[in-house]
Amino acid sequence: MKELKEQQLNDVQCSGLCCTKVKNFNVNFGNTKVLENVNLHIHCGELTAIIGPNGGGKSTLLKAMLGDVKHTGQLEYLDGKNKDSGVPVIGYVPQNLSFDSGTPTSVLDLFMVCNSKIPAWLLTTKGIKNKVRESLAMVKAEHLINRRIGALSGGELQRVLLALALDPIPDLLLLDEPVSGIDQNGLEVFYDTVSELRKKYDLSIILVSHDLDLVEKYADRVVLINGTVLCSGTPQEVFNNQITSKIFGMTWFKQRANDHDNNRGEADA
Amino acid sequence: MTITGVKQMLNLWSDFITVILPFQWADYDFMKNALLAILLITPLFGLLGTMIVSNKMAFFSDALGHGAFTGIAIGSVIGLVSPIFAAVAFSIVFALIITVIKNKSRASTDTIIGVFSSIAIALGLVLMSLGGSFNKYSSYLIGDLLSITPSEIFILIGVFIIVLFLWSVIFNKLLMVSINQSLARSRGVNTLLVEMIFTTMVAVIVTISIQWVGLLIINSLLVLPAAAARNITRNVRQYTLVSILIAVFSGICGLIASYYLNTATGATIVLVSGIIFFITLGFKNKFE
Repeated sequence: MKELKEQQLNDVQCSGLCCTKVKNFNVNFGNTKVLENVNLHIHCGELTAIIGPNGGGKSTLLKAMLGDVKHTGQLEYLDGKNKDSGVPVIGYVPQNLSFDSGTPTSVLDLFMVCNSKIPAWLLTTKGIKNKVRESLAMVKAEHLINRRIGALSGGELQRVLLALALDPIPDLLLLDEPVSGIDQNGLEVFYDTVSELRKKYDLSIILVSHDLDLVEKYADRVVLINGTVLCSGTPQEVFNNQITSKIFGMTWFKQRANDHDNNRGEADA
Repeated sequence: MTITGVKQMLNLWSDFITVILPFQWADYDFMKNALLAILLITPLFGLLGTMIVSNKMAFFSDALGHGAFTGIAIGSVIGLVSPIFAAVAFSIVFALIITVIKNKSRASTDTIIGVFSSIAIALGLVLMSLGGSFNKYSSYLIGDLLSITPSEIFILIGVFIIVLFLWSVIFNKLLMVSINQSLARSRGVNTLLVEMIFTTMVAVIVTISIQWVGLLIINSLLVLPAAAARNITRNVRQYTLVSILIAVFSGICGLIASYYLNTATGATIVLVSGIIFFITLGFKNKFE
């Protein structure tokens, strides 16, 4: 816990880069406290992974940041000069987009209703189509433009939603467990794409994930949440913390210890 | 536009129809008026129906019909010359209350709508049966399209223009809400406001059409064309276009068939769109 306090003190200033701050978030569902006193500090260009047990409030935190769930506390976005530049543009890729799979809505329609003023039932223009194709090309999905969204596979839908969240380019990208319904291969492709885009556009990314292997591989920072922030820091700091191993059980950590035998000394230091 | 202007317009329409449709049924003014009314109402039903079906609101629009019925009863009891204005006001309030409660409460939508729908229809029936005069309201149950008057057609034209305008403004947001509420909110859409505008539109259309179409079948007219279009379309533009075409086509076929078969017009229209629905169902697999 001492480490945690120091961490927060260090994070008061944004050291010249843009950043996003979650200040004092509290969420209650009825009388149940789901999140209490959550503080986060996210630098631009960093991928912050949120891990924690089921029901620990990870997804709720993202929804609170979106304003989808009632909460107290503030979300602040500061540009490079440490000036409060108001409400950040947030891109959001939901856990799983639950929609009627029979809906006669194409990928192009989805982009149009989200980003265009022209009513999608009336007409579409070449300009709009090209713009949507560009967006989809960012996630290598331009061939999906005329497909029905209900006919996409889990991985394809996730990529389309990522492209949608990146149009317009957000200040903050929230990814909620983009792993469900996607096979291991699709998963790696998705993470690679996200990493690439992060570097290219200097995005701040918050990723809620269950897959600790991928978190360790791709995340710059890790935050462990169970009702509140239990521990945060680099992946190594968090994964070597006792609280983390207690919550996730020993199996994964033993496995990891074997895999990373050579690196252990470095991590402990 | 003045009343004489409307009359001139209707005369023009009448002459036009006599020229292009040299059939027996097209000789009567009530048939010409009904045809014009159908050309105005059915596209709106096809249009609004797309989102009613996409939002799984079929039960909701059914409840709106019940609300409209109660509104007419209230209007009659407080002695308005034209109870339709009281009915429109009541159904808008009724629709908004259901929408707000549906959004705020955690109870299932079905239950909430069921509760309100039953109360509304019961209240309507009680008010209408006060003094044992229920029979004069029975036309609202079945409806009578052939009774439509020129001034009512004038109102329909106004409603038609307003709905087309609002539909252009809110459609994108509405579709976002229909796909996923969280997605819509993350794009800065005020989901409750969008839903309220939409339900108000449906409430107004249902209420003013109920006297011509009838409470018992008005919902089928909203739901069937869109449900049929959904079977055979892949994107929003096709969906909207096909739904409107099916609605207008069944409207015209139903009107003409009802003339020759001497049947209730609204019900005949619903049967035609019902047949179209089952035909499209057969082609569904080809459009997956």
